[in-house]
Amino acid sequence: MNQWVDGLFAPFVEFSFMRRALVACLALGLGCGPIGVLLTLRRMSLMGDALSHAVLPGAAIGFLIAGFSLAAMSLGGFAAGLTVALLAGLVTRFTGQREDASFAAFYLISLALGVLIVSTRGSSVDLLHVLFGTILAVDNRSLLLVASIASLTLVTLALIYRPLIVECFDPGFLQSVQGRGAAYHLLFLVLVVLNLVAGFQALGTLMAVGLMMLPAAAARFWAQEVWSMAAVAASIAVLSGYLGLLLSYHHDLPSGPAIILTTGMIYLLSIVLGRRDGLLVRFLPRLHLQS
Amino acid sequence: MNPAIRVENLTVCYDRHPAVHHLSGAFASGSLTAIVGPNGAGKSTLLKAIMGLLPVTTGRIDHAALKRSDIAYLPQQAQIDRQFPITVLDVVLLGHWRRIGPFGAVTAELESRSVDALAAVELADFRRRPIRSLSAGQFQRVLFARMLLQDARLILLDEPFTAIDARTTADLLTVVRAWHAEHRTVIAVLHDLEQVRTHFPETLLLARSGIAWGQTDRVLTPDHLQRARRMAEAWDENAPPCAVTP
Repeated sequence: MNQWVDGLFAPFVEFSFMRRALVACLALGLGCGPIGVLLTLRRMSLMGDALSHAVLPGAAIGFLIAGFSLAAMSLGGFAAGLTVALLAGLVTRFTGQREDASFAAFYLISLALGVLIVSTRGSSVDLLHVLFGTILAVDNRSLLLVASIASLTLVTLALIYRPLIVECFDPGFLQSVQGRGAAYHLLFLVLVVLNLVAGFQALGTLMAVGLMMLPAAAARFWAQEVWSMAAVAASIAVLSGYLGLLLSYHHDLPSGPAIILTTGMIYLLSIVLGRRDGLLVRFLPRLHLQS
Repeated sequence: MNPAIRVENLTVCYDRHPAVHHLSGAFASGSLTAIVGPNGAGKSTLLKAIMGLLPVTTGRIDHAALKRSDIAYLPQQAQIDRQFPITVLDVVLLGHWRRIGPFGAVTAELESRSVDALAAVELADFRRRPIRSLSAGQFQRVLFARMLLQDARLILLDEPFTAIDARTTADLLTVVRAWHAEHRTVIAVLHDLEQVRTHFPETLLLARSGIAWGQTDRVLTPDHLQRARRMAEAWDENAPPCAVTP
């Protein structure tokens, strides 16, 4: 028994890199959870994926200029992500092509460019590093960056919560009472890119979006309102960060995939057990009546 | 009587085709007007143009002294996601937007007025329910409660009773008549001609151009309706984009 309890806490007591990784997961989860919920509500679930790929060439250019410099790679990733988001938005507005199609087009261009840059100038080990991140190598400076982005995200979301929700729920109403909500949408996209940048250097570009979308998709099975969904999503993200790190430590697995697969498990469990629309509630009518 | 909204030689394009064509006339202040016409006649387009949601191609819309916050607009129901995770009370509270804006606090007084508005549409016990649990009729009642709080001088309703049960329609028509009694201007796009004849003193029969506009019994004549139908049959969706002759 004692051994079990030890197994749950010892890695974090013993090793400072595990402690830092845990704090990074906590911060990432707090920011990414609510962002993911809003993305799903806006029917932009795949947009997060697109943007996460779009971040790559910027990060790669930053890497080429300054090596493994956190500032350069983050700044580059942020600029590239935002450029793709804006270009896709502009093409949608002026040509009538649907937003998901234009996002897909630009992120593919961006991704190819990123892979090209990394593979012509760096080694394939570097590419793996950029794609899959290194949460176990998070230093104090990147921890500070991730924590700052999480704080900024939560404060900004709290400030623009009402217009953001209304713009998503009933855009016609917002337009009729105070004009287009484009500014809030743009601010939200900036937050999405920021969180992906925070996620990519801990989990890697491909995994960052997992911590954003999977908890949000799972939260839908537990909560009825946007704020409670966001709270559930953040909790799931934080919990899977902790469990995923344990898993990776005890079984010697890469940490990024371990964390995302844990989130994936929680998602699958939610589909079955979820209080709202879960399979059990749906197909066991007696349970439904009791609840 | 003063006009609340006057349109002069108004042409509005939708998808680059003229949907409202050279329309002139006025909605009198305090009037209760139905807009009827065949599908694609520009009825919704006209409401959107009045709201400023679509640009005017030629001509003009004179809003007299009405500001944006004086107008309440109910779009067709299909445009709202009824699965969205939000409670009935939160939707109704949005009716206070003019007072709370994007950032202002919701006071206890504003909340209790929202509860009163819900009671007025017979949904007093529904305030904590998520909207996804409501029927189409109940949801329409929620949207009417929100409009009650908007306290608007001009109210635009786009097909408010389409796919709504008879009892809800009757109750909501009572709300509309109460607005009329309070001298608010109400304009509603409708399909049911019997309903229009019974409850709406004024009618605009629209088939892109205005066919007739005035007292309902003089507008909804067999002759006028026939003309509207014939015009609808002649519409060519492949016509060249928006060639407007001033």
